[in-house]
Amino acid sequence: MIDIAVLLMLAFTAIAISRLRNLFAAVMLAGLYSLLSACWMTALDAVDVAFTEAAVGAGVSTVLMLITLAVTARREKVAKFSLPAFFVVLVTGGFLIYGTLDMPDWGDPEAPVHQHVAPRYLNDSYAEIGVPNVVTSVLASYRGYDTLGETVVIFTAGLGVMLLLRWRKEEKGS
Amino acid sequence: MSEQFGLFNYWVVITLMMTGFYIVIARQNLVKKLIGLNIFQTSVFLLFITMGKVRGGTAPILDKTIEIYSNPLPHVLILTAIVVGLATTALGLAIVVRIDHVYETIEEEEIHDIERGIKR
Repeated sequence: MIDIAVLLMLAFTAIAISRLRNLFAAVMLAGLYSLLSACWMTALDAVDVAFTEAAVGAGVSTVLMLITLAVTARREKVAKFSLPAFFVVLVTGGFLIYGTLDMPDWGDPEAPVHQHVAPRYLNDSYAEIGVPNVVTSVLASYRGYDTLGETVVIFTAGLGVMLLLRWRKEEKGS
Repeated sequence: MSEQFGLFNYWVVITLMMTGFYIVIARQNLVKKLIGLNIFQTSVFLLFITMGKVRGGTAPILDKTIEIYSNPLPHVLILTAIVVGLATTALGLAIVVRIDHVYETIEEEEIHDIERGIKR
């Protein structure tokens, strides 16, 4: 029941965002959307991901977007319905749904995704790493280089933001 | 209850994904486009997390009393993806602020008009 309720709320929020012209309201609803998806992730046993999504998606991105709105514009000027875009979206969505028809049912323990490397992590990670939370031991130990790469990405993005926002006065109008 | 669920989850997630996609390609405002991109991104996260769920399983934190766990691997991948997503959003917003500084608008059509005006 919780699944269906949260999924419907997510769908309504997304559609409301696409129809709103007030950007402030849209940003707030985007934060709500992140929070709802964090709720659903908790229901799907992904507690670590839900935690991160609530902090990063609902928290930090919302703040960043509000800062951008404060510097730029509050309202969207034109918001007309675009038939070609709607058609493209419909066709892509149709193909994606066609693609899911082959997928194993939701929560099926026999699905290929649960067969390969996950059982090894679940069985051996406590003996090898000694951390009860498997997500932590995979993130910080087995895939430690991945996490290092992630910090490099964050560093690069931070550098990019700093360089972009540090303009000089004479550049204006160039 | 989850037995009747089947593929319904995937379809709702695809609907969310397509809503985000529509916002990205149909809306003119650059901040709105980034919100759409965020919606798209989050729906991809949700797709991965639903695939990691095992029926009757619980969060992958080891305990002697528990037999079935959900798959921890998608969780790890998505943890990384969320943080990278924040990086792209922040960079995109910085570019929007810069565009607003130079063109004094964040509407795509107006930027195109200004560009054409400069070229003439």
